[in-house]
This record gives sequence, C-alpha cells and structure tokens, in this order.
Amino acid sequence: MDIILQPWPWYVSGALIALVMVLLVYFGKTFGMSSNLRTLCSIGGGGKYCGFFRFDWKAERWNLVVVFGALIGGFLAVTYLSDGSVIDLNPKTVATLNGFGFSDVGAGLVPPEIYDLGVLSGWKGWALLITGGFLVGFGTRYAGGCTSGHAITGLSNLQWPSLIAVIGFFVGGLIMTHFLLPLILPQL
Amino acid sequence: MKFIKFLLVGIFFGIVLVKSEAVSWYRIYEMFKFESFHMYGIIGTAVILGVLAVALIKRTKLKDFQGNEIEMPDKDKSFTRYFVGGSIFGLGWAIAGACPGPMYVLLGTGVWTILIVIAAAVLGTFVYGLLKDRLPH
Repeated sequence: MDIILQPWPWYVSGALIALVMVLLVYFGKTFGMSSNLRTLCSIGGGGKYCGFFRFDWKAERWNLVVVFGALIGGFLAVTYLSDGSVIDLNPKTVATLNGFGFSDVGAGLVPPEIYDLGVLSGWKGWALLITGGFLVGFGTRYAGGCTSGHAITGLSNLQWPSLIAVIGFFVGGLIMTHFLLPLILPQL
Repeated sequence: MKFIKFLLVGIFFGIVLVKSEAVSWYRIYEMFKFESFHMYGIIGTAVILGVLAVALIKRTKLKDFQGNEIEMPDKDKSFTRYFVGGSIFGLGWAIAGACPGPMYVLLGTGVWTILIVIAAAVLGTFVYGLLKDRLPH
C-alpha cells in the first residue's frame, strides 16, 4: 500500500499514460484533451459567432466524460491515495523559487502564491491566471493539439507536425521560464 | 452505459497524473529549468511505449472494441501553425503550470482558482476560432 501512497516513479507513470492512450484508441477514439475546450465553446453557443464552433458536439461527449473522470480521479488521488509527502524537487529549483519569495515550495501540488484563493483579492493574481489560461487555450487550438494530442499521441504516431508543435511548446515554455517569470514571480 | 468506460479511463488518468506529480506547477517549472529528469522520464517513457504500441496496432491491423478499423490519421503538413501555436501554448503552460488535461485534474484536487484558468482557456480557444481565417497556418 505504501508504494501506491508514495509518489509514483516516472517510468510507472509514463507507462500508464501510454496505456490511457492505447485504451482510448481501442475504444475507437483518440487521446486529446484540448478538444474539450472547443466542445465547451460550441456548447456555450460559439457556433453563433463562427463556423469553427458549428459541429456536432454531442459526438464529442465521450471526451467530456473523460475529463470529468479525470476530475474525479484527481479528487480520489489526493483524498485516498496520497501520504502528503512533499514533492522531491531539485534543491536548486527550490532555492530559485525561494529567491522569488515563494515559500513552502513543493508542499502542495501548486504554489499558493499563484493559486491560493487569496490571490483573487488583487489584480495581479487574476492577470496571471487569465493570461496563462488564455495562451494555453489559444495556442493549443492554433497548434491543433496539446501535450496529449501532440506530445504523446502525435509523437507515438511519428508525426512531424507534432514534433514541430512540441518544439514550439518548449520554445514558449523556456522563454517564459527563463526570461519572463523571473520578472513576474517576484511581483506576486 | 457506453460512457462508463470513458469515465473509468478518465478516473485512471486523473489518478496517474496526480501520483506522477505531472499536474504540479513546480514539476513543470523544474522541467523548463532542466533541473530534473522526472517530467522528461514520464513523457519519454509514454512516447517510447506509445511508438511501440502504435506500430504494433498498425502491423497487426488491430480492430477496435467494436470490430472497426483503427485509424490514426496523419496531421496536416505545415510549419507555421504548429510552431507559432505551439510556442504560444508553451508560454501559457509555463505560467499556469497546467495543460488542458491537468487543469481538470487540479480542479478535482480542490484548486478552485484553476476554474479561472479553464475559463480563460475556453475564451482563448473561442478567440482563436474568431481569428482562425486571418491567422497564418
């Protein structure tokens, strides 16, 4: 039981993510989480504004069920399958974040400096969450997929476009992490 | 009833993402700092096994659970949309520390403010839809 309650090693996690992709393929579908954002636009009436959201979203309900399941899985994992251990981060990473004024680094899954409810009392907290989400939503649809659709499924299917997309993910991620976050995070 | 299997796959996926710490902002930050092998190990293992699995599916002409051909269509050939779109995605990924799967998982773990990220991601997708025909692909 201890083995399940502790954080799982990367090779176990990676293998199980591959299994998720194979299961969805075997069920006649595909592993792509960002498609749900487009489905949500369609359900919300986006089809009135542009043709991109005029499609049979009911055929995509299975994928909404997958993310609803993922939500339940997240709840089950933190409630019943965790021992509360601190994330075993590189001490250098922790030191850098401490230098930005972050405390309790790795104690939870996400930094309280970005995600605690208290951040909503100021505009900076809102701005960061909205900017992050907007760029993810815009970029993923522009690129035609996200980490699941391109990095896992596309690369597994040896798709050059997916490799280009994944390189793009890293170009953007590295610019943000190395050049912009050092300016932004100390302001929080 | 036909949705039960998708619900179970989703629950499994959510548990795996929490237990692997792939939903952690800190792990994404550490990955982009090249200060840990953890995330590269997860993605690398998934891709290597995925390549083998897809090759096997194609070679054995495996049918899906209903007996239909399994199709894994090729992505459209292009550079701009994948590179530019991917880079925009990456900028947001490094801020939020969560991509479109983990967002929902984090909501399940009780990170309520992720709802703002999800709503903004839906808005971003909507704005892409509006601008789609004017953007270079």
